[in-house]
Amino acid sequence: MSARNAQAVRFRGRSFFALAISPDAPVSAWLERLDGWLERSPGFFTRNAVILDVAGLGLSRHELHDLNAELGARKIRVLGVEGAEPDWAAPDMPPFLSGGRDAKTASADPDVSPVKAVVEEPKLQPRPEPLAKIAPVPQATPARETLTIEAPVRSGQCVMNPDGDVIVVGSVSSGAEIIAAGSIHIYGALRGRAMAGAYGDGAARIFCRQLDPELIAINGLYKTADQIDEPLRKQPVQIRLVHGDMQITAF
Amino acid sequence: MAKVLVVTSGKGGVGKTTSTAALGAALAQTGQKVAVVDFDVGLRNLDLVMGAERRVVFDLINVAQGDANLSQALIRDKRVDTLYLLAASQTRDKDALTEEGVARVIAELRERFDWVICDSPAGIERGATLAMRFADVAVVVANPEVSSVRDSDRIIGLLDSKTLKAESGERMEKHLLLTRYDAGRASRGEMLSVDDVLDILSIPLLGIIPESLDVLRASNIGAPVSIGNVGSPAANAYIDAARRLCGVPVPMVRPLEKKGLLGRFFGRRAA
Repeated sequence: MSARNAQAVRFRGRSFFALAISPDAPVSAWLERLDGWLERSPGFFTRNAVILDVAGLGLSRHELHDLNAELGARKIRVLGVEGAEPDWAAPDMPPFLSGGRDAKTASADPDVSPVKAVVEEPKLQPRPEPLAKIAPVPQATPARETLTIEAPVRSGQCVMNPDGDVIVVGSVSSGAEIIAAGSIHIYGALRGRAMAGAYGDGAARIFCRQLDPELIAINGLYKTADQIDEPLRKQPVQIRLVHGDMQITAF
Repeated sequence: MAKVLVVTSGKGGVGKTTSTAALGAALAQTGQKVAVVDFDVGLRNLDLVMGAERRVVFDLINVAQGDANLSQALIRDKRVDTLYLLAASQTRDKDALTEEGVARVIAELRERFDWVICDSPAGIERGATLAMRFADVAVVVANPEVSSVRDSDRIIGLLDSKTLKAESGERMEKHLLLTRYDAGRASRGEMLSVDDVLDILSIPLLGIIPESLDVLRASNIGAPVSIGNVGSPAANAYIDAARRLCGVPVPMVRPLEKKGLLGRFFGRRAA
């Protein structure tokens, strides 16, 4: 009893990127197009659960239930439903959500981004409307803000910018850390750690005048000093992701 | 106007205490009043290096806690009469130091001396942060090796953030003192070169102290090298460093390797 009293239950707010999928009417035709798209991108939804956006679709409660089942049959896991009548909520339906906002920047890795797949779709088939409007739900990042550091970043110091790029006018010492949502620009030697696109951005890059790092990472993909080719050491370089592969090029 | 100088390094064993004593003695020999203060509470050594270990009655903790006044605790050097030592307590630990106590002692020392030189303990904990807390100038002691340089880099970061001067938005004046430098080993690539260290730490160079038995001997006989072994290269290097601290432009002499004839032709490895 006493243990129950002593330990409070804690809740914490946390936001995630999610894909929202918006079917258009008629749903049966949309499902056909979805099947065609799934043939070309099998396994896409095994990695990405989605939010089902039914706003403006005019589905009945029964139709929504069927749509959810159809998606389930295609192994598409629905995290939540947006834009449905609140009183339709039922134990056999995903939770109902509200208050989602569109992401302003399509900042996901271009190689796996559904946005790219959708954009290319009209070229393949002469169909004007997009197949499935799938857009990342925002993480409340209004505008990208750059953080400029005008001094060397010393061992033990950590510079973090969850809103954009980091520019260091100076060197980053061994034992120092730079973490940025966007790209990292170092006008000096990089001897510590640099993590660009740390909040999910495969298009982020790392630039430095002299590469001698402990670790470099973009969008969670990392390389330690040991994995960096010897000829690139101490060179001025650019680091980026190309087809999910980290590429280091000397200038 | 008194200047409070902290001698610090992060890493232990690089020569903070030796340098504190040698710089203090060199400054005092110019006629300026100098107090050297040992902040290494619990592991005091400055009294030994200064040759005053048999005369310690009161220490920094006693003064900081108000158990003794400064005049009682200061030990005057027998060789240079403008040089004083404030020893650390060997029986206490760093937690016995409070910021208010240290602030009071430093303020009092400022009134009496031209230079107050604080010998920081190794590490980045309480003793080290309090030693640098009230400093105007920092001498960062480093050996030409990677571990020492990285620790010094960390200390520079702390000097720029945790000192009173940094917190009030002023720039902390920092100098690099490169100790135990062996030109031969550096040129063979067994040690970092002066340029490597300067490149990494990017603070101005105050002096290069050559690796020397004179320094070791001086510490063991309790005479700072700048008093006990005048004329030796290490003593000259410390005296030059002290003059640079006073703003005198002294050209920097880099210790050179004695090279044979072949060494002169094949001195440097390409690549």
